[in-house]
Amino acid sequence: MGGLALKGVSKRFGVTPVLDGISLEIGADELVVVLGPSGCGKSTLLRVVAGLETIDAGSIELDGARIDGLPPGKRGVAMVFQSYALYPHMSVRENMAFGLSNTGVTREEAGRRIAEAARMLEMEHLLDRRPSELSGGQRQRAAIGRAIVKAPKLFMFDEPLSNLDAALRSRTRQEIASLHRRIKTAMLFVTHDQTEAMTLADRIVVMNQRRIEQIGTPREIYDFPATEFVAAFVGSPAMNILPAASLPTLAVQGGTMRVGLRPEAVCLRAPGGGDVDAKVEFVEFLGDKTHVFLLLPGGERIVASAGASPGLRSGDTAGIAFDREAVHAFDAQGRNLHKPGPP
Amino acid sequence: MTARSASRDEALSGVAFVAPYLAVFCGLLAYPLLSGIWLSLHKADLFGGSEFIGTENYARLLRDGVFREAVWNTCYFVLLTVPALTVAGLVLALALNNSSRWSTLLRGLFFSSSVLSVTIVTLIWRMVLVPDGGLIADLLGPIPFLSDAKLAMPAIAITTIWWCIGLPMMLFLAALQQVPRDLYEAAALDNAGRWRTLFSITLPSIRRTALVVVVIEIILQFQLFGQAQIMTLGGPNNASLPIVLFIYQIGFQRWDIGYAAAASEILFAIILVAAMIQFFASRGRER
Repeated sequence: MGGLALKGVSKRFGVTPVLDGISLEIGADELVVVLGPSGCGKSTLLRVVAGLETIDAGSIELDGARIDGLPPGKRGVAMVFQSYALYPHMSVRENMAFGLSNTGVTREEAGRRIAEAARMLEMEHLLDRRPSELSGGQRQRAAIGRAIVKAPKLFMFDEPLSNLDAALRSRTRQEIASLHRRIKTAMLFVTHDQTEAMTLADRIVVMNQRRIEQIGTPREIYDFPATEFVAAFVGSPAMNILPAASLPTLAVQGGTMRVGLRPEAVCLRAPGGGDVDAKVEFVEFLGDKTHVFLLLPGGERIVASAGASPGLRSGDTAGIAFDREAVHAFDAQGRNLHKPGPP
Repeated sequence: MTARSASRDEALSGVAFVAPYLAVFCGLLAYPLLSGIWLSLHKADLFGGSEFIGTENYARLLRDGVFREAVWNTCYFVLLTVPALTVAGLVLALALNNSSRWSTLLRGLFFSSSVLSVTIVTLIWRMVLVPDGGLIADLLGPIPFLSDAKLAMPAIAITTIWWCIGLPMMLFLAALQQVPRDLYEAAALDNAGRWRTLFSITLPSIRRTALVVVVIEIILQFQLFGQAQIMTLGGPNNASLPIVLFIYQIGFQRWDIGYAAAASEILFAIILVAAMIQFFASRGRER
């Protein structure tokens, strides 16, 4: 099979484990996003695939050939760094040509590939500029161009959008998605930003504390979070997770310690018209919708997602009804009992 | 407040900020420099006699065979030491640019010679170089390093390199530690080998520091004095007489301070031109 396959990959820094038995397969034309909080091991995962870190156990295969013993330049991978890592003393053209000249690509072939990549990324006019003469977005493009010309079997992106402003981030996200559609090569993208993960990924790998929590499509991850961590990490505002005992009207199955409700599963009613009444603490108006932060009688806080004009103000009392079809039940270990994710 | 008075206030506060430095600069640099130039136009001695003679001291210097020899000796010494200090400093920095215990120890060891006074350094090297019982004499037999006209200046150069290697090494180490690790990782992913990485990534990244090291060393080594004074007294037969020792002998042994001042101004001009040539040559290459 083509693509990338990690089998039981583990890594320690001294006595500190940073990756613990990671197994993952990425199809030859699939875009997989690794999502997780800072320190979960996602960047290290990228670095061990790139060969910038060695592994202590397991194996890494690319297009069926084992690569974990190869130096970075021989693995057939290209990486776009968070800082872009463009060589500051070289022009964009020289940056793109550097890797090609090291792998024995002829000057004519290198010129052809650079021209093609520049056309694809609409950066022909930037080729003779140095990185210091480029804006953040242009540097980003140059870094992607440097990766493309190598025609790698796997592209890797290490939080490449984190240095861009919000508008440019959105546009670059679309460009990366469009690039993936055009070049149809395996891509591994690391981010802590769930919007990037949800909008770009064919599949998302959610990592937490050195391990993979769940692998699935963005829809599966959102609708069927396998664990309480995934449920809380994906979604904005985060899923409401409350002790099961605080919502007795939900009548969840035995063994449930906590229940989870997305803000859109918490419906606002007139006082007395729902499962329970709650006091409005804060209303966050977002234009097309509103987040209403409420205090339950037991002291727990809950967020509801409502329309643009819910007609509520801080201090008001509202009834809230729970969408029973959308309730997640978590056991003592944080596993989702109601909606286990697909294997 | 009008725009004009606001701009005047801003200018005044600017002057106030630079005034302390300006006072020190004028008092300790500009005034002595101009005063030295004025002195060089006089026939003057240390006992107060002074007579304006125009550029006669400079004309005398051009005719003075000993001065011409001192200029050549100094240039020869700079050619021996500056490239060697730059290259050796860079090699040591590259070798010791890691966090191992040995590297830390060796960094301290190589830098330690820099804190010694010229007297100690030259005493140590006399013990190494003297043909009568010196370290090299014990190993290779007597070689008259300090009394042979051809060997005296190289011997002083080796002593100086040993003494001064700490500063270029430390400057290069600081520069190497500023090169982002990402660049090396990108180069590794670009399949660059060790030498390719050195020449295409590392050296271009520290080129400004290399320029600083060369300019600093040119300025420092043109001022050779203590080593020559203690090790050879400029001999044999002026073979290791540098310009500063010439100035010292003229000014403080023959009391002819007008003539010594003229020689000082020539040295100043030589250092300025050498540093500028290096500076503009490097900037030109960079463009």
